[in-house]
Amino acid sequence: MAGNNHNKFPWNHVLGFIFSIVLTLLAVWAALYSSLSITAIVWTIVTLALLQAAVQLFMFMHIGEGEGKAQKGTIYFSAFIAVVIVAGSIWVMNAMMHSMM
Amino acid sequence: MKLDEFFVTGDPLIYGADVSIILSMIGVVFVLTKYKKWGWLWKEWLTTVDHKKLGIMYILSAVLMLFRGGVDALLMRAQLTMPETEFLDSTHYNEIFTTHGTIMIIFMAMPFLIGLMNVVVPLQIGARDVAYPFLNAVSFWTFFMGAMLFNISFVIGGSPGAGWTSYVPLAGNELSPGPGQNYYLLGLQVAGIGTLLTGINFLVTILKMRAPGMTLMRMPMFTWSSAITCIIIIFAFPVLTVALALMTLDRIFGTHFFTMVDGGMPMLWANLFWLWGHPEVYIVILPAFGIFSEVISTFSRKNLFGYKAMVYSMVIIAALSFVVWVHHFFTMGADASVNSFFSVTTMAISIPTGVKVFNWLFTMYKGRIKINTAMLWSLAFIPNFVIGGVTGVMLAMAAADYQYHNTYFLVAHFHYVLISGTVFACFSGLYYWYPKLFNHKLNETLGKWSFWLFMIGFNVCFFPMYFLGFAGMPRRVHTYAEGSGWFELNAVASVGGVMMGIGFVILVYNIYYSIRYEPRLTTGDPWDARNLEWATPSPVPYYNFAKIPEVRGLDEFWRMKKEGKKDLDLKKDKLEPIHMPDYSGVPVIMSTFLFISGFGLVFEWIWMGVAGAIGVVITMIMRSFDPDEGYHVEVEEIKEIEEHVRREEA
Ligand code: HEM
Ligand SMILES: [Cu+2]
Repeated sequence: MAGNNHNKFPWNHVLGFIFSIVLTLLAVWAALYSSLSITAIVWTIVTLALLQAAVQLFMFMHIGEGEGKAQKGTIYFSAFIAVVIVAGSIWVMNAMMHSMM
Repeated sequence: MKLDEFFVTGDPLIYGADVSIILSMIGVVFVLTKYKKWGWLWKEWLTTVDHKKLGIMYILSAVLMLFRGGVDALLMRAQLTMPETEFLDSTHYNEIFTTHGTIMIIFMAMPFLIGLMNVVVPLQIGARDVAYPFLNAVSFWTFFMGAMLFNISFVIGGSPGAGWTSYVPLAGNELSPGPGQNYYLLGLQVAGIGTLLTGINFLVTILKMRAPGMTLMRMPMFTWSSAITCIIIIFAFPVLTVALALMTLDRIFGTHFFTMVDGGMPMLWANLFWLWGHPEVYIVILPAFGIFSEVISTFSRKNLFGYKAMVYSMVIIAALSFVVWVHHFFTMGADASVNSFFSVTTMAISIPTGVKVFNWLFTMYKGRIKINTAMLWSLAFIPNFVIGGVTGVMLAMAAADYQYHNTYFLVAHFHYVLISGTVFACFSGLYYWYPKLFNHKLNETLGKWSFWLFMIGFNVCFFPMYFLGFAGMPRRVHTYAEGSGWFELNAVASVGGVMMGIGFVILVYNIYYSIRYEPRLTTGDPWDARNLEWATPSPVPYYNFAKIPEVRGLDEFWRMKKEGKKDLDLKKDKLEPIHMPDYSGVPVIMSTFLFISGFGLVFEWIWMGVAGAIGVVITMIMRSFDPDEGYHVEVEEIKEIEEHVRREEA
């Protein structure tokens, strides 16, 4: 199919690909080989994870090229699900850990 | 690894299975060779990207899996009919309920519904195929290979035995050594790719490929339900993918995500599993709701009551389905605030569900109801599903769940919702849409026999289980004591199980019988139905619509018939060449490599896992250099085909 500028070299994708690999390796290094404290490691890898999400959203998922309402709706819903999964799991698992003590 | 560890040995049942597998494989090869059908198989089926053919293959695989899961079920009933039976030992019994549950949900219910979606959705929205036909073939083949990988476990290497929920530490390396549990992880992983791709593919199809004039609020209800199901798939399946990957890392590469020691969190597995698992049960019920809506409206000869309420209730169900997961482990020891929160959200789901039930009832109210097999399955759904839903609300009360949890009461609940919801819908949809695919109906007499046997058998089998639960019988036990008082109800349940088995056999026989003896149709609209899929002739030409219809409101086809308008006038309408996608062998080859890779990882032969993965990457690269331009069907050919299928002279 003909379409969105296929003749240009896809720099965005290549860069995104490199970024996502580098971010992953950084996380592996921080978790396994660095001498940071546990808290520092957790904050580092959470930050890296957020950066990783940003790379995916901007370089591969074209979050900037929206189509108005539907686009906004899906982004809000995704954010809702992400919060449910992350915050929900932390809340539930913490409650379990406390009552196990 | 020694050969007798590779093949499962020592059990006469397994040897029997070995022999029948080998015989049926020889049989298939023999028939294909004798009638020179290999080329046909490759050209028409293995490489197809046609949504109708993929749908047929999905449904066929699902029926096959229903058979396998059904045999598992009957084995369990045989073991439980009488107390202290020694037909299956506890290990074998564990393996059977594990494969039964996993196969029924992942490899039967979902593929059956996705198969119907494949067949129906493009036709209902007036499209010529899905948005990404190639991807659709990848979906089917990854599902199929995942299913095969899971299914060979019982003859090669041993079955998983930690339940379809596979809770750790039971499913961990210490308590479940060997390949069994790995089969579960990799089979589901491979099939899960296919499901996720289906979710994306059909959502894009529904959003982007509707016929002109079909606004969102003019979409048929089955298409709506499919769209919402796709959204749930897209958000829920990645959670499963990650959870499975983490457990695979734990088991094969020695990490500690879910282990008891070294900082692992076993309960996190349960948490992640149900974060996917509860949305999953809605993935298998929403398309079912869509099917019932179509069938009930068609055979009540009325438009669907409360169309908007139906849509909004599904949207609400979809959102709520992500915030109730903890109800599956109320007893795991969270505090009262967590349990109360999830108790309330769970009960809230029953409100939109109840709205839908009333809408179906009002659709029938004052309708001219026509009873046939498709309609019978839909009618039976309503009361039976209500029983399942009401007992669900009983389970939703966290305090009460401490009594019900992991008893036969729970088993009865989820079979009431899954069988009278999902399975009845699959059968209803099969009877309803079958003529569209094969140009003849399924026989009504046999259909009614199988319906009554299955439906009554279902109640005889599962209703007593509620009382077994009250009497304290736990789920997942392979036997019980003489003095427990559970014998009578178990015996009754087994009778029901046999009735369901006979009902299923009649249904399958009906397909054979109908191919041979049912009269061929002379119309594309045998039910006098309402939506666009019936505007096409039967069998549907591979490009679906010679001319894309123009949609002016709900139930467009009904309106066309009222106005005496034909969908296509070969003499007057100007046709244009149709652009169609090429068939491709890449999906089946790529999925075979995935199978090889998965099989290697199951046995922890890393070289084989890597080799398979390289194969996958190579096929992906091949695909990305394939221009895939498709081809045009010329006007002459379209005319010829349409004259033939419509049996008219131009
Ligand atoms: C009115 C709506 C529903 C409510 C309130 C509800 C509630 C519940 C609750 C609280 C449990 C956990 C009980 C326990 O483990 O002790 C449960 C289990 C289950 N439900 Fe439902 N449910 C509903 C509808 C459905 C539907 C529509 C399906 C699927 C089509 C479904 C499938 C299941 C399954 C498969 C399980 C058990 C899984 C397992 O432990 O193996 N439920 N339900
Ligand atoms: Cu649930």
